[in-house]
Amino acid sequence: MTVDAGGPGLAAQADLPEDAAQWSARLRRAGVSAFPPGRLLPDRQPAYVASWIYVFGALTLAALALVVLSGIVLAIEGPTWWHLSRVGLFVNSMHLWSVELFFFFMVVHLWGKFFMAAWRGRRRATWITGVLAFVISIAAAFTGYLSQQNFDSQWIGTQAKDGINATGAGAFFNVLNFGQMLMWHILLLPLAVGLLTLVHVLLVRRRGVVPPFAPDPGDLVVPDGAGTAGDIGVDGTVGR
Amino acid sequence: MMRIPQELVGRAAQAVIDLNGPGRYVHWGFIQISVANLVVICLMVVVFVAAILVPFPRHGGDDR
Repeated sequence: MTVDAGGPGLAAQADLPEDAAQWSARLRRAGVSAFPPGRLLPDRQPAYVASWIYVFGALTLAALALVVLSGIVLAIEGPTWWHLSRVGLFVNSMHLWSVELFFFFMVVHLWGKFFMAAWRGRRRATWITGVLAFVISIAAAFTGYLSQQNFDSQWIGTQAKDGINATGAGAFFNVLNFGQMLMWHILLLPLAVGLLTLVHVLLVRRRGVVPPFAPDPGDLVVPDGAGTAGDIGVDGTVGR
Repeated sequence: MMRIPQELVGRAAQAVIDLNGPGRYVHWGFIQISVANLVVICLMVVVFVAAILVPFPRHGGDDR
């Protein structure tokens, strides 16, 4: 790292030749190369994205934001508040129903992407991070049932323990240990879901939204002079 | 303005969906599923089909 004793401002000294080999400069170049601003936050999407089925990823993100926000309020106020006060019961219900919506939207998003074979075009990592986020979200939801601090959570814990112990996971994941389940629910699993979601969205930005399958050339009827099936671009646009 | 007592609203909601009791289940061969879960799955299928079939609104004259 070089130390500057004054002189020109930071903007002026950026990209000085002697700094090019530093890790900060290399990381910055790699970041800008992988995610130029126009790709990170684009103003337009390809024509094929104009379908309701492409909305469910964003809806899932919105529901996740509501899950996290309501969870933060619950963490601040505590179980007596969420069980007894009117506002607490409301926020508690909002936490539950935003999770219901989160899974609802995520499953519709999953079905849409499955039938589009959304792993095409070097998008395997996008698919896999989505799968992992889905599976870890289920674990996060289940530990939420164990963290309610009521008879329901005690009942669920006692019903779950034999199944969990039968898998061997009970050695380090004890569903009867409330403190452990609460930490998994409010720290470890949300952290994992959040990071996976971030990587998932960044990969969508990097690789782009998956285009629909190109139609079979024999099935495509185009008027004379309007081009042929061979004019279908890699982004799925036809003759544009 | 007339205010509707909260208890009345609560009772009306209970009349539509009564959650005060054991859950109802559908048995079909080896498949057993609660009615609540079945309703949610059916809703997801309906929303999925609608998302594919319902036209997406476009800006006038914008072909992108």
